[in-house]
Amino acid sequence: MTALLETRGVWQRFGGLVANSDVSISVGRGEIVGLIGPNGAGKSTLFNLIAGVLPPTQGSIWFDGEDVTKLPAAERCQRGVGRTFQVVKSFETMTVIDNVIVGALVRNTVMREARRKAHEVLEFTGLAARADVLASDLVPAEKRRLEVARALATEPKLLLLDEVLTGLTPTEAQTGVALVRKVRDTGITVLMVEHVMEIVMPLVDRAIVLDLGKVLVEGTPADVVRDPKVIKAYLGDRHAVGA
Amino acid sequence: MDKNYTARRRRDLIIAAVLAALAALAPLFVKNVYIQNILVLTLMYAALSQSWNILSGYCGQISLGHALYFGIGAYTTELLFTKFGVLPWFGMLAGGAIAALIAMGLGYPFFRLRGHYFVIATIVIAEIGLLLFQNWEWAGAAMGITIPVRGDSWLKFQFMRSKLPYFYFALALCCLAWFVTWWLEDSKWGFWWRAVKDNPDAAESLGVVVFNSKMGAAAVSAFLVAVGGAFYAQFLAYIDPESVMGFQFSLLMALPAVLGGIGTLWGPVLGAAILIPMTELTRSYIGGSGRGVDLIVYGGLIVAISLALPQGLVSLFSRSKAKGATR
Amino acid sequence: MTPLGVRTFLGDKLLTVETVVQSLASGLLMGLLYGLIAVGLALIFGLMDVTNFAHGEFLMIAMYASFFLFTFFAIDPLLSAPLVAAAMFVFGAVVYLLVVRFAMRAKANAGMVQIFTTFGLAIVMRGLAQLFFTPDYRSIPQSWLGGKTISIAGIFLPEPQLVGALVSIAAFAGLYFFIHRTDFGRALEATREDPGAVALVGIDKNLVFAFGWGLGAALVGLAGAIMAVFFYIYPDVGASFALIAYVTVALGGFGSVFGAFAGGIIVGLVEAVTALMLPPSLKSVGIYAVYLLVVFIRPRGLFGSM
Repeated sequence: MTALLETRGVWQRFGGLVANSDVSISVGRGEIVGLIGPNGAGKSTLFNLIAGVLPPTQGSIWFDGEDVTKLPAAERCQRGVGRTFQVVKSFETMTVIDNVIVGALVRNTVMREARRKAHEVLEFTGLAARADVLASDLVPAEKRRLEVARALATEPKLLLLDEVLTGLTPTEAQTGVALVRKVRDTGITVLMVEHVMEIVMPLVDRAIVLDLGKVLVEGTPADVVRDPKVIKAYLGDRHAVGA
Repeated sequence: MDKNYTARRRRDLIIAAVLAALAALAPLFVKNVYIQNILVLTLMYAALSQSWNILSGYCGQISLGHALYFGIGAYTTELLFTKFGVLPWFGMLAGGAIAALIAMGLGYPFFRLRGHYFVIATIVIAEIGLLLFQNWEWAGAAMGITIPVRGDSWLKFQFMRSKLPYFYFALALCCLAWFVTWWLEDSKWGFWWRAVKDNPDAAESLGVVVFNSKMGAAAVSAFLVAVGGAFYAQFLAYIDPESVMGFQFSLLMALPAVLGGIGTLWGPVLGAAILIPMTELTRSYIGGSGRGVDLIVYGGLIVAISLALPQGLVSLFSRSKAKGATR
Repeated sequence: MTPLGVRTFLGDKLLTVETVVQSLASGLLMGLLYGLIAVGLALIFGLMDVTNFAHGEFLMIAMYASFFLFTFFAIDPLLSAPLVAAAMFVFGAVVYLLVVRFAMRAKANAGMVQIFTTFGLAIVMRGLAQLFFTPDYRSIPQSWLGGKTISIAGIFLPEPQLVGALVSIAAFAGLYFFIHRTDFGRALEATREDPGAVALVGIDKNLVFAFGWGLGAALVGLAGAIMAVFFYIYPDVGASFALIAYVTVALGGFGSVFGAFAGGIIVGLVEAVTALMLPPSLKSVGIYAVYLLVVFIRPRGLFGSM
């Protein structure tokens, strides 16, 4: 069986800056894969390439056995790629339920069906009580959750989570971890970017470490955290932060 | 929750039906032609503003150039009528279709622009249209077109003796624009538009084709405004570029929605119901002497409402609703 | 006559080198003035992301000020220009403190509130002008410069426009110096980059904004004072220049002071060239077309940050 997502020799250059160089990764069906690495490693760029925000300078991206390199974000969503944003992008003037309905409309053309689907997703993500609140009135943790709910409403095969656990209190992060597990149990594959290793390592099946735009190491969480290259990359990063 | 939602939509529909019925009875009590005239204009601007609101309020693409579509509706109808004898009813539809096509054609380059660049582009394109019509001799240039009126006729949609048919048409147009908004609000398009307005990137990630959404809104909006323009031309029985394509129309379409509540179902109607009679009354009672007091009152009110009620007059009504939602 | 009935003058007007150079020269002069009219708009926008839709009315007020100083005190517009600019500075700052400041506080619909607050203000100002100055067209009949021309290498340049252009160049030079070399200029620049940072340094944000509005108004005031010599003065005069000012600013890139300078020159030249080729009633079409062309290629104007 082929992988659900594959990037083949992907490069991304912004002017003289190389954000991704020759990145080839694959994500199998039903996996939770963590994409980690120090700041500026090129995680967000790779993420945006997979989501279709911009096309790669070079290389190709395959999703569900199909070359999607040239498809814009909206069409990738229709094919089953759902995503959240690192900086939350709620529809601020719309209610929580209306936010989620926008996502649900991808697979439900009848309004009543879309609305029912949206309620289902709100139940699933624990936001049901906030359905009629304006998105602008949510607290930050709820906004993160709304991002996930909106993406889930599009009924994705692959869910891309961009630092959904970062910046939450320990309790909130625990609830978040539980939600990600629950999502995977429904058969959705998860690829998550996180900056802080401690949070994601217990959660993921496999971790891919990016550094300076390249894949540094790939493997089980246990192997990855012990890898000297990873330790060096992170220590270097910490050192830089301390300086 | 769903029940609340359906109930609210049904309530809106009932309120609209009651208001429309009351409005339809108004001519029984209002015999004064001057007041009837104001009523016609109020209904027309409510319809125009409601249509403007689709593109600018719901979809968030602020246009200050809708006078272009208004003028195109007026000119298409009258050119077809005076040059080719096509009945205004068909001209009206043709004008709407042409305006919608132009709106979509302009959309290709325009919808790449953001913020002020987009707003100024819309002003500029309407000015270009105005200047071209002022110099287009076949279309009457600056002299305009006088519509030959030969007695009352529903077929030719012209009436000399009574303003009432115009009143009922304006009412129908207003109801149509309102109903189209009501219907689209709870459709895929309505949700897409609001998503595009709030955050185009997030919308795109949820499968919304942002460009097509804007195009759809532009087409519907331009079509309805052009039908309004066709109506206005028949109502005046005379058109020239400045009197159907001038910048003031772009403003008079935007202002009611902004004052009433931009991007809301009731904002344009509410805004027009207050703004248009006020404009007309200040103009005729204190503005006749050309002393500018009407402008001071009018402008001062715009400043006051903008500052005091940034979300428009509808926010006065929805305050209790918002509280209920948080509970 | 073309098939559509739109006349072009290309065929029937003789285009000689002299006429072309002559109109390019007058276009350049007018363009420098357009830049001066527009720069206040660019300054305010760059500072606080607000477009002043009453900018044309600021120009109108300045023209009246110049007119009345001439009529009642016989001060020539050339002399009164600094006075008018100073008065406009106060006026701009007061408008910010009394009105615009409150529009900045809106939590919802902030952009809309700012547009329509300044727009409402424009209508009020026009109304006040009609009430106090009457809708009559005024002009300054006998000023030092009015109606005089100077001939340089066979090209005739109207003196008022020439002086206006020189004032514009001087004002831009001064503005450049002010923004880059003085403490307050740096504070102005800092506020536009990060309003929060300025509060940390201990400068009152409102003071900086009020100063920005004052400066913007003073610059358009300078332009108005000089234009009073060779344009009719009436309550709606601002409207005809406002759109040109917006196009100028957008062409250069919103917020870019240098962009307004370059945008003004382009607008002036394009207007002159259009006037050579199309009937006078269509002379603005060229400006509008160039604006559209530029933003289609560079959606943030010529010098706007991408």
